[in-house]
Amino acid sequence: MKIVVCVKQVPDPNTPGQLDPSTHRLRRDGEVVLDPGDEFGIEAGLQLAEAHGGDVTVVSMAPERGVDAIRKALAMGAASGVLISDPLLEGSDALSTARVLAAAISREGFDIVITATESTDGYSGVVPQMLAGLLGVPAVTFAKSLKYDGTTLRVLRQTETGHDRVETSLPVVVTVTSGINEPRYPSLRGIMGAKSKPFQTLTTSDLGLTDVGGAHAGETMVAVVAAEERQAGEIIEDDGTAAKRIVDFLAEKKVI
Amino acid sequence: MDFELSSEQLSVRDLCRDFARNEIAPKAAGFDETGEFPYAIVAGMGKLGLFAMRFSESLGGAGGDFLSYCLAIEEIARADASCAITLAAAVSLGIAPFVEFGTAAQQERWLPALLSGEKLWAFGLTEPEAGSDAGGTQSRASRTGAEWVINGRKAFITNAGTNISAGVTMTAVTGGSEGHKQISCFAVERGTPGYTQGPKYRKLGWHASDTRELLFDDVRVPADNLVGEEGGGLRQFLRILEGGRVGMAALSVGVAQACLDASIEYSTQRRQFGQAIAGFQATQFKLADMATQIEMARLLTHKAAWLFDHGGKPGVYASMAKLHASEVATACAGQAVQIHGGYGFMEDLPVARYYRDVKINEIGEGTSEVQRILIARHLIKRFEGA
Ligand SMILES: Cc1cc2nc3c(=O)[nH]c(=O)nc-3n(C[C@H](O)[C@H](O)[C@H](O)COP(=O)(O)OP(=O)(O)OC[C@H]3O[C@@H](n4cnc5c(N)ncnc54)[C@H](O)[C@@H]3O)c2cc1C
Ligand SMILES: Cc1cc2nc3c(=O)[nH]c(=O)nc-3n(C[C@H](O)[C@H](O)[C@H](O)COP(=O)(O)OP(=O)(O)OC[C@H]3O[C@@H](n4cnc5c(N)ncnc54)[C@H](O)[C@@H]3O)c2cc1C
Repeated sequence: MKIVVCVKQVPDPNTPGQLDPSTHRLRRDGEVVLDPGDEFGIEAGLQLAEAHGGDVTVVSMAPERGVDAIRKALAMGAASGVLISDPLLEGSDALSTARVLAAAISREGFDIVITATESTDGYSGVVPQMLAGLLGVPAVTFAKSLKYDGTTLRVLRQTETGHDRVETSLPVVVTVTSGINEPRYPSLRGIMGAKSKPFQTLTTSDLGLTDVGGAHAGETMVAVVAAEERQAGEIIEDDGTAAKRIVDFLAEKKVI
Repeated sequence: MDFELSSEQLSVRDLCRDFARNEIAPKAAGFDETGEFPYAIVAGMGKLGLFAMRFSESLGGAGGDFLSYCLAIEEIARADASCAITLAAAVSLGIAPFVEFGTAAQQERWLPALLSGEKLWAFGLTEPEAGSDAGGTQSRASRTGAEWVINGRKAFITNAGTNISAGVTMTAVTGGSEGHKQISCFAVERGTPGYTQGPKYRKLGWHASDTRELLFDDVRVPADNLVGEEGGGLRQFLRILEGGRVGMAALSVGVAQACLDASIEYSTQRRQFGQAIAGFQATQFKLADMATQIEMARLLTHKAAWLFDHGGKPGVYASMAKLHASEVATACAGQAVQIHGGYGFMEDLPVARYYRDVKINEIGEGTSEVQRILIARHLIKRFEGA
C-alpha cells in the first residue's frame, strides 16, 4: 500500500503567533516546527503500513527549512520525503497549495493520502478537499478511526453530534483528527537513519506548474479583526423549572 | 570553530526534551516522594533508543555521538535527576565497560538486553573503605581452576537492586602487594550464589534512583567473566569514569537549567512591594549570573564531549567539565530556592527537589577535590621528576 502523508511546517505553537499588519499574514520568521496535528497523520500512516505492508512518503510544501518537519517524519518511520520549495510559492493561497501538493503526489502515486483536518497556523481546513478534487478521488474528512481490510477502508467520521460510519474504496484522501491515535516518539535509530532515507526537493518547474504562488493567489486576506467578545453566560435561578430549562437549553444546542 | 549542533543532534535534543516534558516531569515529584523506581520511564527511554544511542551500529547501538548523548542526559535531567542518573549510570558505567573492554562473547551475551534498556548493569568500584582512594580496594578474587572466587563488598552502587538489574562489573584485588595491588574487573550476574544486595539506602536526594550495598560471599564466576586484562582493572575503571564524568557534567547542566527555568517563571509572577520580584535588580543579577554560569558549564561539557567524539580522550576536560558543572548546579539550586523564598523550601514546587538532588553531583564519579587533584596533576606533570 502506498501511503502519502502531507505535513506542514508551522510557527511553534508554544510561542504566540504574530500577524504581519500590512499583509495580514502569519509571521513565519521565528522558530518553526512540524505541525503537531500532522503527527497524528504520520502515525496513522505508519500504522496502516505496518498492518498492511507498504510504506509512507511524506510530502510538504514549505521553505527550505521545511526539511526539519520531513526529517522528523522520517525519524518516526516514514520511508521517504518530498519537499516542494520554491520562492515562487511564497504567499500561496489554499488552492495553490493544493495544486502543488496534488502535482507532487501524482508523481509519487498513492493509495491513501492522509492530512490533518486543519493546520495549526492557517487552519482554513480546505486544502485536503481541494486536493481530493484535483486528484479525482473521494475525501473522507474528520476521521477518528481508520480500519482497512484489504479492500475497504472503514472510517468513523467525527461529527458534531457523534460519528458517521463511512466506507470507501481506495484511492482516497483522508483527514484525521487530533487524538485518532497516540503519535510515537521518533527513535534514536530513526533519527540517525533519517539522513540516509530518500529525500527529494522539487521546484514548481519540476512539477510543470507556472500559475501558482502568491502572484496567482485567488484569495486575499482583506482584513483581520478581533473575535467578538464572549457574551456573559445565562444564569438560571431555580424557581422549580431550572432543571427543565437547562435540559431544553442543552437539547437546543444539540449537546444531549 | 563551529558551535552549531547538527540536525541529528538537534533532533535528539528535541526528542528528549519532549519526552522529558511529557512523560517524566509530571511524575518526578511522585517518584521522589515514594522512592519508587520509574520502570515505565526506563522502558520508554529504552524504546527511544537512549541506552544504545552512543554505541556503534556493529554492536547494536544507534551510531550516535557522545555529544548527542550529553544533550539527551541534559534534557532528561532538566525534568528529573533520578531518571537522568539511572540512564547515565546504565550507559556510561554499565554498558561502556563491555563495549570498551569486553570480549565478543561477553558483548553478545550481555549487550542486547542492556542496549534496549530491558536490563540494567551496575558498576562496582567504591567500597566502604575505598572511595576516592579506589586503589585501596579490599575485595579479592582468587583463581581456582576455571573459576574466580570473589569475596568482599561494594558501597553506594547505582542500578544494582532493581527488578531489572542483571548484574555488576566490579573490581577486586587479584594479586600484587599492599601499595601495588593488582586489580581486575569481573562481571557478576545477579542470581549467582553468594552475590546479594543490601536494602535501598535512605538518601538526601536521587530518591527514585536505586543505590545498594553489594555483598560477595564466595561468589564463583567462570574465568570468562574477567572483563579486560587481568591486572588492568583499575586503569580500565578510571578510563570508564572519564566518560562517566562528562555524562555527570551534562546531568549537572540539566539540573542547573531547570533551576534557572523555574526561577525565571516564578520571579516574573511572584509580586511583592507592588511589582514582580523579577523587577528587583537583586533578582535580575541572580538570573544573569545563573544563565552565564550555566552557559559556561554547557560549553565545557560540549567541549569534553567533542573531544570524546574526536579521538575518544576527553582527558582533563572531563574533570574540568564535571567539576565546574556540578559546582554551578549546586550554586544555581541554592539561588533558585532563594528566589522562591519560603515556597522554595516547600516540597510543593520542584526547586526543593532540585536542591536535594544536586549535591551528589559534586561527590559521585569522583569528588570535586579529586577532580581538582586530577586537573592539577595534569598541569604540573611536566615539572615532576625534572
Ligand atoms: C491568518 C492567516 C495567515 C496566513 N499566513 C500565511 C503565510 O504567512 N504564508 C503562507 O504561505 N500562507 C499563509 N496563510 C494562508 C494559508 O496558510 C494558506 O491558505 C495555506 O496554503 C493553506 O493552509 P492551511 O494551513 O489553511 O491548510 P488547511 O486546509 O488547514 O490544512 C489541512 C492539512 O493539509 C495539509 N497541508 C496544508 N498545507 C500544507 C503544505 N503546505 N504542505 C503539506 N501539507 C499541507 C496538512 O496536513 C494540514 O494539516 C495564512 C492564512 C491565514 C488565515
Ligand atoms: C548516590 C550515590 C551513587 C553512587 N553510585 C556509585 C556507583 O554506581 N558505583 C561506584 O563505584 N560508586 C558509586 N558511588 C560512590 C561515589 O563514587 C563515592 O561516594 C565517591 O567517589 C567518594 O568516595 P567516598 O564516599 O568514600 O568519600 P571519601 O573518599 O571518603 O571522601 C570524603 C571526603 O574527603 C575528600 N578527600 C578524599 N581524599 C582526598 C584527597 N586525597 N585530597 C583531598 N580531599 C580528599 C573527598 O573529596 C571528600 O570530600 C555512589 C555514591 C553515591 C552517594
